[in-house]
Amino acid sequence: MKNDFLKISVLAFVVLGIVSCKPKSNKTASSSFLAGDAAEKVYVKPGTHDEFYNIVSGGFNGQLSVVGLPSGRTLRVIPVFSQFAENGWGYSEETKPMLNTSHGFVPWDDSHHVALSTTKSEHDGRWAFINGNNTPRIARVSLSTFRTEEIIEIPNSGGNHSSPFLTANSEYAVAGTRFSVPPDNKADVPISSFKQNFKGYISFISIDKNTGRMGIKFQLKTPGVSFDLSRAGKGKSEGWFFFSTYNTEQANTLLEVNASQKDKDFILAVNWKKAEEYLAQGKGKKEAAKFAHNVYSDETHSATSTIMNEVMTLDPKECPDMLYFMPCPKSPHGCDVDPTGQYIVGSGKLAAVIPVFSFDKIEKAIVNKTFDGSFDGIPVLKYESVLHGEVKKPGLGPLHTEFDGKGNAITSFFVSSELVKWNIEKLEVVDRVPTFYSVGHLSIPGGPTAKPWGKYVVAYNKITKDRYLPTGPELTQSAQLYDISGEKMKLLLDFPTIGEPHYAESIPATLIEKNSKKIFKLEDNKHPYVSKGEKETKVVRKGNEVHVYMTSIRSHFSPDNIEGVKLGDVVYFHLTNLEQDWDVPHGFAVRGNQNAEILVMPGETSTLKWTPTKVGVVPMYCTDFCSALHQEMQGYIRVSPAGSSVPLSWGTGKTPQTQADQKVAKK
Amino acid sequence: MKKNMLLLYVLPLLFLSCGGAEKRAESPETSDSVLLKQDEIHGKEIKDVAINTPLDPKMVKQGLAIYDLKCLACHKLTDEKLVGPGWKDVTKRRNPTWLTNMITNVDMMLAEDAEAQKMLEQCLVRMPNQNITGPEARSLIEFMRQNDGVK
Repeated sequence: MKNDFLKISVLAFVVLGIVSCKPKSNKTASSSFLAGDAAEKVYVKPGTHDEFYNIVSGGFNGQLSVVGLPSGRTLRVIPVFSQFAENGWGYSEETKPMLNTSHGFVPWDDSHHVALSTTKSEHDGRWAFINGNNTPRIARVSLSTFRTEEIIEIPNSGGNHSSPFLTANSEYAVAGTRFSVPPDNKADVPISSFKQNFKGYISFISIDKNTGRMGIKFQLKTPGVSFDLSRAGKGKSEGWFFFSTYNTEQANTLLEVNASQKDKDFILAVNWKKAEEYLAQGKGKKEAAKFAHNVYSDETHSATSTIMNEVMTLDPKECPDMLYFMPCPKSPHGCDVDPTGQYIVGSGKLAAVIPVFSFDKIEKAIVNKTFDGSFDGIPVLKYESVLHGEVKKPGLGPLHTEFDGKGNAITSFFVSSELVKWNIEKLEVVDRVPTFYSVGHLSIPGGPTAKPWGKYVVAYNKITKDRYLPTGPELTQSAQLYDISGEKMKLLLDFPTIGEPHYAESIPATLIEKNSKKIFKLEDNKHPYVSKGEKETKVVRKGNEVHVYMTSIRSHFSPDNIEGVKLGDVVYFHLTNLEQDWDVPHGFAVRGNQNAEILVMPGETSTLKWTPTKVGVVPMYCTDFCSALHQEMQGYIRVSPAGSSVPLSWGTGKTPQTQADQKVAKK
Repeated sequence: MKKNMLLLYVLPLLFLSCGGAEKRAESPETSDSVLLKQDEIHGKEIKDVAINTPLDPKMVKQGLAIYDLKCLACHKLTDEKLVGPGWKDVTKRRNPTWLTNMITNVDMMLAEDAEAQKMLEQCLVRMPNQNITGPEARSLIEFMRQNDGVK
């Protein structure tokens, strides 16, 4: 085994040296790390369900995917930060406000980390959170409707990477900025004034325990470093949060070199309960900052976007005993807390060891003031005084660590392309298995919680290369499922994922499926333009706006013939799906519409905006096969020239006759 | 088909007592049946529906409101067929138990009832499950009876 590892490491180095950072291809068909009964273990019989929901970040596609484990089947893509051509997210009038920001409408973001809500550090199956990285935001997704319910923008941030990790009872989601930035309200400063003017803001986003509603409770104005990843404490460390940092060199150019100078960067330990105390004492200061807060309602089937104008900040200089730095070798990425809350694992991307910190020792070092100087006024705890120990020679390029609940940690190694299992107490490597290729994040069901389910680990690999049939230069992303129930980790399955999964969490299906919503009740629909039954369908003109109150049911629209629309009008189709049965959506499309289509779930109302560009009779139809007569689910809209006297008329099952036509008929 | 249907309806009852969130095990139990016991009222055969005269005006009014919201799109009150058959004289053609099951339990009826299957052959669109409760169906029948001239 060790030999294998050496070979792989050497290979990786050679490849690094010669070509690029991509390891060479390697066939696994008959390898020892492949489970002999792999097929049986991942086979989910037709008509039966997977054991786990795997909620997977879509990375640069800005979305979330829902995958079943152990089959690896993709079940859904949930649109979050990007417009989605499958169901009209970000195209329908109701959902456009969800993508509003202080910069205006942003149609595509880069999403990174998934965090499932917890109670007492255990999964409770209520919500998934995910961060928008480029235009800093946090989204909350309902695990009942599998829809994005809320998005809050984070001001004073650039690259919301250290996010949206949650405290034990989901009191807060955090947002640590990857780029230190000058404050939004005093941002026109020279880039070279980094050390004077730039701050590393960490935001604490409160989450209402009943509704999930988010708000920025406070921002910590910490020294100008880059925050990378973070985890909340658990159990005895519950009141703390740990953030990995890099660029403690405070470089503002060529970070690849300039931010890799020091032997150690820091993990920042934040006593957030203390921060709450300071806030209660009135130490917070409100600062001007513009950010959007967007909320979607299942009752109105509509979103609102509100621009907020100030944010509460706490300055660590006025709040002693709240922040401590712990030295951590070298450019730490993952910063993971074990199920007991006792151990904090730092994964230095460029380090040769994995340091494991002890919470007991951290507390002791704070009491005894065992400091190693300070950094920008914040005490630095002495490395040796807080260290439980180091895992020696674990592999190359450690990134992330999850826990199996049996006293072991599994760490992903990007450079040596492997997963390594090690005992937390003894700090000894117990097993290692290769990944194909260059694993980034990893995920064990319940792996970041106080009670991991264990059983599997998924490796989310950064390089795909030859694992699937080639599809040109652009390839699918390669995930791999391993069985970790036995002594040896065994490869079970390769499965493709959508986007570039930065992290994922898995949760037992039993915690989610019972809450899964089937329909929206028509009786509860409070959309301002709902048609509760065909009797309420109509067409109303307001100046140059034409509002069509429209319904769909298998298999016709009402109205399906409309006349009196003129060039220069803007037409809003407010389509209510009258179906009340599970899995009967109707779609709606109008020829030439520059704003895509919509897909409407049973009992929902959704609005498609259409600005006609030509005179003529325009077809419209249902885009989702709904019944044997789906193909018949179609109609016409007549568009007349601007200034035309064709009156508004509409109907279904009768041809609308304009007065003009009636006059012609009489003659 | 018949067996499957039966299984579907029996399973939820068997699993009602299984605690989901509280239970923890090495490999958590997965059960498809939890999906079937949602707030949807469907899936339980109604055996007996009693009707009375004179009509209950409150039920007639509620029945009309449900008709406007969930039925009118496909059923006319005359004998004209739209998507489904017109409702004129429907209470003379069908007994109240059959009607109630057709409204609240349409999947079972289309799977098992010969008369319902005949209707599907004629209309070619499965009558949708419109998520109507037993008491709501009773009100609809009261409205149908009024439409058929019952006082």
